Amino acid sequence: MKYFISMLLGMSIGAALFVAGMYFNPFTDRMLVSPLAVSDDDLLDFTYTAVPGEAILYTDNGESIIETHPDRVAELWEPAIVDTSIAVILLNDSRGQVLGLGVKFSSDSEQTALINSEVLVNSVWHIYVPGQGTLLVDQIENHWSFLREIVVPARWSSGDNWKGAFFRIMTHGPGALGTARVAGGNGNFAGVSGEAVESLAARAYSALDGPVSMNGSLTISVPQATSETE
Amino acid sequence: MLGLVGTGVLTYSVPAVDLHREPSLISVLPNGGFVETYRIDLPRDRILVGLTGADNALPAGLDWPTDELFGDLQTEIFKIRDRNNVVIGVASRLASASEQTGPFIEWALHLPARGSAYLQMDVAPSSEGHRNGRLMAGTGDFETLSGTVREQFITDFEDEDLNINGRIELITAFVAPLGDEE
Repeated sequence: MKYFISMLLGMSIGAALFVAGMYFNPFTDRMLVSPLAVSDDDLLDFTYTAVPGEAILYTDNGESIIETHPDRVAELWEPAIVDTSIAVILLNDSRGQVLGLGVKFSSDSEQTALINSEVLVNSVWHIYVPGQGTLLVDQIENHWSFLREIVVPARWSSGDNWKGAFFRIMTHGPGALGTARVAGGNGNFAGVSGEAVESLAARAYSALDGPVSMNGSLTISVPQATSETE
Repeated sequence: MLGLVGTGVLTYSVPAVDLHREPSLISVLPNGGFVETYRIDLPRDRILVGLTGADNALPAGLDWPTDELFGDLQTEIFKIRDRNNVVIGVASRLASASEQTGPFIEWALHLPARGSAYLQMDVAPSSEGHRNGRLMAGTGDFETLSGTVREQFITDFEDEDLNINGRIELITAFVAPLGDEE
């Protein structure tokens, strides 16, 4: 009996060591500088609120800690879309002036590999920029840093919250440099293809309600597009 | 040691995310392409209707921007179903008659287990009453495909039990490039 208990104890310690090693892995991808920083192409810079309650609309399966918004929006409870969320967001310039509107679909990715510090989300932005046109941005995001540095500490905190300064490039692909793919739709963007990078800056998070103070930024590199928002 | 290795093997081999998949209901074309029909039952599959100045915004309580910047932009979001009426994804439809960008109608379909498709429609409907369009870009299963799409509104369709009084059908005919096995 004592051998069995020792074995169980040893296995638990081994498992805990593995999880700790994975969690504190110092070789985790920490991209802080946008690959588009050295781009010669025209850049469209959008900022937006990443607090779901401040979006025009946010919905998911209705079982997450984040409340859907508005109250009576349909929830995505069907099995095929239960891991999907939708956000409709105003896209602003750096001074807060409205530039466009974005619909963002996000779904958990089956490529998620915790052992590689990858919590992946496939997301698609459908964007309208008045006076300029429409775009589709397709990306893979890695939420590992967000979980490790914000969500887990918030859960461990006695006050169920996290406050601090967090900034990460969330875009992880599918481009070779870890950029998102952009396909132009109409207007100035018709027929154009480019790259994009999305980042998150967070200051406060609640383990009970989700993001409290968080902003996103989407930078789109569009060759040949006539941009007035640089 | 066993715990360390066991947890490692488990983490490596068991997928953390396992998305639900519905079978793709397709008909194969003689050119190797395939036809697939996506359905949207109205009003039960509508998630959002946003149009500046409109009284019929959905959902109730929606604070749609009153900014004139968006002009007549109409934004709609739906759940989309397969031929068997099973929900398989979500979609956004943007439409505008803006002179600055030129009028447009376009769809972004997002099928979590399969990928996304970006569709551009002709603004003017055909003489038969439907709209034709084309696949502009795709991701996942749609990444290498090209093809066309037909958008048609079916109004003589009603099911009170399911709260349906109309239907949108998107009938896609996509084909992979020559030599591609998709």
